[in-house]
Amino acid sequence: MTLAEMQFQTPELRLASAEIFMLVMACLILMLDLFVKDRKRTVTFVATQLTLVGAAVVTFATTSGDIGYTFSNMYVGDLLGDVLKLLLYLTVIVVLFYSRGYILERPQMARGEYYALTLFATLGMMVMISANHFLTVYLGLELLSLSLYAMVAMNRDSVPATEAAMKYFVLGALASGLLLYGMSMIYGATGTLEITAVAERLYMGQVDRGILVFGLVFLVSGIAFKLGVVPFHMWIPDVYHGAPTAVTLFIATAPKLAAFAIVVRMLVNGLIVMAPDWQMMLILLSVLSMAIGNIAAIAQTNLKRMLAYSAISHMGFMLLGMVTGVANGDARFALNAYSSSMFYVVTYVLTSAGTFGMILLLARGGLESDELEDLKGLNKRSPWFAAMMMMMMFSMAGIPFFVGFFAKFSVLQAVVAAGYLWLALVAVFFSLIGCFYYLRVVKIMYFDQPTNSLPIIAPLDMKILMSANGLAVALLGIFPQALMSICAFALLRSL
Amino acid sequence: MLTLSHFLILGAILFAISVVGIFLNRKNLIIILMSIELMLLAVNMNFIAFSHYMQDLAGQVFVFFILTVAAAESAIGLAILVVLFRNLKTIHVDDLDSLKG
Repeated sequence: MTLAEMQFQTPELRLASAEIFMLVMACLILMLDLFVKDRKRTVTFVATQLTLVGAAVVTFATTSGDIGYTFSNMYVGDLLGDVLKLLLYLTVIVVLFYSRGYILERPQMARGEYYALTLFATLGMMVMISANHFLTVYLGLELLSLSLYAMVAMNRDSVPATEAAMKYFVLGALASGLLLYGMSMIYGATGTLEITAVAERLYMGQVDRGILVFGLVFLVSGIAFKLGVVPFHMWIPDVYHGAPTAVTLFIATAPKLAAFAIVVRMLVNGLIVMAPDWQMMLILLSVLSMAIGNIAAIAQTNLKRMLAYSAISHMGFMLLGMVTGVANGDARFALNAYSSSMFYVVTYVLTSAGTFGMILLLARGGLESDELEDLKGLNKRSPWFAAMMMMMMFSMAGIPFFVGFFAKFSVLQAVVAAGYLWLALVAVFFSLIGCFYYLRVVKIMYFDQPTNSLPIIAPLDMKILMSANGLAVALLGIFPQALMSICAFALLRSL
Repeated sequence: MLTLSHFLILGAILFAISVVGIFLNRKNLIIILMSIELMLLAVNMNFIAFSHYMQDLAGQVFVFFILTVAAAESAIGLAILVVLFRNLKTIHVDDLDSLKG
């Protein structure tokens, strides 16, 4: 290429304006924090929340509803990305409010770095959501993962936290390695790293299928690691259990949205021609996750660990929606199937935020209260919060008429419509097993005698937010239609 | 004459060695960090081989990014290792057993 051929084109920055804003603000907050004398870091906290609100405004203002590419097609701006990003900001804002009291009681976590790392992780997730190139996926994923490793290890005198960080780091790096190996094979088979170009070349049929399937196996394993589905789930229980609860709350919520986004970007946008192959792999992952997640959760005595296994089973359930998009070469049900998955992941994030938020609410005085026993007689200590927790548990178990029921119902509907009746029956069977441990939590809260009768002291903002979260779970269960149509519309305009 | 498949086989062997290094190693955490580096280098080998034989530069650009990220990754990995050593006074893999269930 001669110099004259190398033309510099200004990329269209509008599509990435939210990411640019987030990056600039994250760097500024890191600097601003140097001048904050206050031990509570109120200024940093407020600035972080305002940044997230600002990013939401920017995303909302620049959304157009059309698909646009920028940075030499490495980056895509579409409605799916915008909706997921708005949900992401909302999740992170809620997570930060929930974590506030918890991290103030731990001097090593109440630092400016905690907020900066949160923002960088959010930026990583935004990049993943808008990726249209394997390099962009990889860089977004690493920005997210590296921030999370540091956040898990932040409480650095705690043995479980550092051990969890080490396990997370090793398995996370392994996952990135698998993902990259898969990408390199797909690059070799198709000759391009751009996701939409991969799809075009596959459609034209100019590819080496052997290498492609080989690469696909590694790509799916890498994604499965990041989602935390069996047999790539080993890190989830240890990390959820060992990490400080505020960080567990973050890991258990926002990254699920980004993981869903990269599944859609890479498998649906890029490799839809290979759907019969990856759907078979996802069916296997999904059935194993629902089985092992739900059965292993029964044996747990630690609430965080139990919720970790529950997360594994929920991610397995979510993947069910992804496996039914193309049935016998017919993509009629694709939109329905993928939007049911998206609805599932959004509602799971909402419910899981509330559940971990409750653990944070109960943790006081620098102590964790993450054992099932700590919930004993919660109803006597605070009937209102016990009711909120009960709604979260009912929703996770899929009891009508909470939002989790409709999420499961719409996924199952997509599964049956695609002709996989046996798969739907398997899913229902394991969900019924799952009901046991969710209902056990309710039983412990309502029928056991409290071991400690201290009243629950929580700041007002947290009480309001927790109530709003619980009511949202209940209200979305009564009116699920609006959120479902948002998911379906976003996917319709983006695929 | 070296063909593309020679390089791919080399990449696959390096990758397999690194995966075995992570899972069969029961002694030292530093060996795990080395295996992770080796894994990324195996991927780089693949990318460069494909990039060369297809006359497409994108793969080589990708390699630069992987190298950069790998440096950041080992920095964080070693930092976590130091913190862990301060808490446990050991870096034996078998001693990481406080989380179970």
